[in-house]
Amino acid sequence: MEKRTLVEALNEALRLEMAADERVILLGEDIGKEGGVFRVTEGLQERFGAARVMDTPIAESGLVGMAIGMAIAGLRPVVEIQFMGFLYPALDQIINHLGRMRNRSRGRFTCPVVIRVPYGGGIRPPEHHSESTEAMLVHTPGIQVVVPATPYDAKGLLISAIRSPDPVIFLEPKRIYRAVRQEIPDEPYTVPLGKARLVQEGNDVTVIAWGSMLHEVLQAAEQLAAEGITLDILDLRTLSPMDVPAIVASVEKTGRAVVVHEAPRTCGLGAEIVAQINEKALLALEAPVERVTGFDTVFPLPQLEKYYLPNAERIAQAVRRVLAF
Amino acid sequence: MASERFSPRRKSKTRRHTPEFFGRFDPLKEEMVCILAPDGTCNEALRPPLSDAQVQQMYRQMWLLRLYDRKAIALQRQGRFGTYAPMEGQEASLVASAHALAPQDWMVTSYRETGAMWLHGVPLKQLSLYWMGNEWGSHMPEGVRVLPISIPVGSHPLHAVGLAYASKYRGENSIAITYFGDGATSEGDVHEAMNLAGVFQVPCVFFCQNNQYAISVPRHLQTASRTIAQKALAYGFPGVLVDGNDIFAVYAVTREAVERARRGEGPSLIEAYTYRLGAHTTADDPTKYRDEAEVEAWRQRDPLVRVQRYLQQRGLWSEAWEQELLAACAAEVEQAMAEAEAVPPPPPQDMFRYLFAELTPPLREQEAALLASLQQRG
Ligand SMILES: Cc1ncc(C[n+]2csc(CCOP(=O)(O)OP(=O)(O)O)c2C)c(N)n1
Repeated sequence: MEKRTLVEALNEALRLEMAADERVILLGEDIGKEGGVFRVTEGLQERFGAARVMDTPIAESGLVGMAIGMAIAGLRPVVEIQFMGFLYPALDQIINHLGRMRNRSRGRFTCPVVIRVPYGGGIRPPEHHSESTEAMLVHTPGIQVVVPATPYDAKGLLISAIRSPDPVIFLEPKRIYRAVRQEIPDEPYTVPLGKARLVQEGNDVTVIAWGSMLHEVLQAAEQLAAEGITLDILDLRTLSPMDVPAIVASVEKTGRAVVVHEAPRTCGLGAEIVAQINEKALLALEAPVERVTGFDTVFPLPQLEKYYLPNAERIAQAVRRVLAF
Repeated sequence: MASERFSPRRKSKTRRHTPEFFGRFDPLKEEMVCILAPDGTCNEALRPPLSDAQVQQMYRQMWLLRLYDRKAIALQRQGRFGTYAPMEGQEASLVASAHALAPQDWMVTSYRETGAMWLHGVPLKQLSLYWMGNEWGSHMPEGVRVLPISIPVGSHPLHAVGLAYASKYRGENSIAITYFGDGATSEGDVHEAMNLAGVFQVPCVFFCQNNQYAISVPRHLQTASRTIAQKALAYGFPGVLVDGNDIFAVYAVTREAVERARRGEGPSLIEAYTYRLGAHTTADDPTKYRDEAEVEAWRQRDPLVRVQRYLQQRGLWSEAWEQELLAACAAEVEQAMAEAEAVPPPPPQDMFRYLFAELTPPLREQEAALLASLQQRG
């Protein structure tokens, strides 16, 4: 067991799966010689060669479309998209083909493709480098959407994603790529897709989050603990398919909930979570469910970033509001 | 024949100009337009009509960009500037191409062409504001026909095609020029842009700065074509390969492309063969993917040194003149940076106010919630 960052955990997952399964092939911009702009694929081209770790032209739609063909032919492509804002050229391939192939062919052709995408804000980058549009992907039929928030989960979830028979968009919270270290086993292990994790048990309010927002929630939890308020904190880990039973179980215990995401508010995933709670746990509710989210605005440039992103303070305020209701 | 008389494809009456560069230098054979050699000697037969004063001015502008670059990188290291994409090594390509434009022409660029944007009317202060992370950096001054920097690679040439179509539709005298990198030519949008431009014969100049790398990926992994310029042929318009570190060649070729477009002869593609001497951005470490020896070889082809040699050979240069020029450029850069730094960060309300012509009710509610939350925090 060694302490690893999220980047190192992901690198290890890729290395182990490539060593174990020669069908696994990586494609992406700058992933070979450079080792990826975030160094997630560092050392892999040296180890596995340029035919398996492909430095590609800049063509996101092309990469996903090509991966579909590779997957149908029996390979296990893992595509890296440099930033979520540059996933959009590939949406046609994702929505019109990747998510539909199994269904259209009634199972004859399948697409075990993983698309790794660094996402989210908080690193004061240039324009288009902070996007968090996971709801759009969750809204797409036939696609699984996964977001790790810890190095342990990053490794286990990525291995599960690569082994999954169906497409996975694997969103990596780049803000905490190197911010958290955790001891993780050296050997391969899996974390199941579709299962949330109860990060911390508490009695007063359920807080649901994923990715880097989980760490803001943990900070808020510390502040609130000093006030005698305890939180049941759920890290969703897989956004699609969503672990609704875990949400319902927690809300039935606490009777109050806050959902946190950095994505825009309207039709963000929070809206779906609130709908699920209303459908399945309405009578347990003591207060309306609150959402702490980004705004229906363009993600701002660095000078305004701090106003956009939900933080521990905004989360704590929301928790106090649902308790005071 | 009546049908011929009314055919929109009828050749215009204006005399078709004999091509100087397009069509004469074959991109399929990698023929490159070179006028000013690295040693400062000049092919007089091809030299464009630029006065000595103009050449001196271009030299000064190239230096200003280089000093701006250095200052930007220094400020970034101190946390006073955001991630920045330097232009070092590409100054000739930027300055000379921008000189070939008229004020009414549209310019649509990526992130490494701030030099061209500046020459086309965007103040340095404005550009700095953008890199300092303030949206007002993209609020172009009235009358300046430059679109905001486009970060999604290859997405913006289509906008130039639209601007050019509008100009043609209205019978205006303006053209559009769009700048992009060698890496961008791999994006589908760039092909769609060139194809559309060819089909609708719009007055658009595609200016590709082939600086040999897209972050770490070398040009030969970007396309199996021998040149980027040759791609134009497949879209039905001419392309030309030009030494991008040669101000005369870049200026002459761009001028011909712009004039063709203005005369209604349609789009063209220029591949400026150059080199990025610095890092991709301040977040990049180029030693990961290229040899110092390669960079050194390109330093020998530094576009500034080349013009300096030319000026020296013509008796248009002196040490004192250069020192004065450098001091003046440095002062101009300092002032622009200081002015940009003096601009206070926008208030949080700014985030909500420019999405639509009028603030919508949901945005109004969200803005109020944010302000209340900030107040609560005190
Ligand atoms: C659509 C898209 N994909 C990926 C990126 C990330 N990225 C930024 S710059 C760059 C390389 C671009 O190379 P090139 O077009 O040659 O221009 P240069 O940076 O060399 O000027 C990449 C891949 C992006 N900005 N947009």
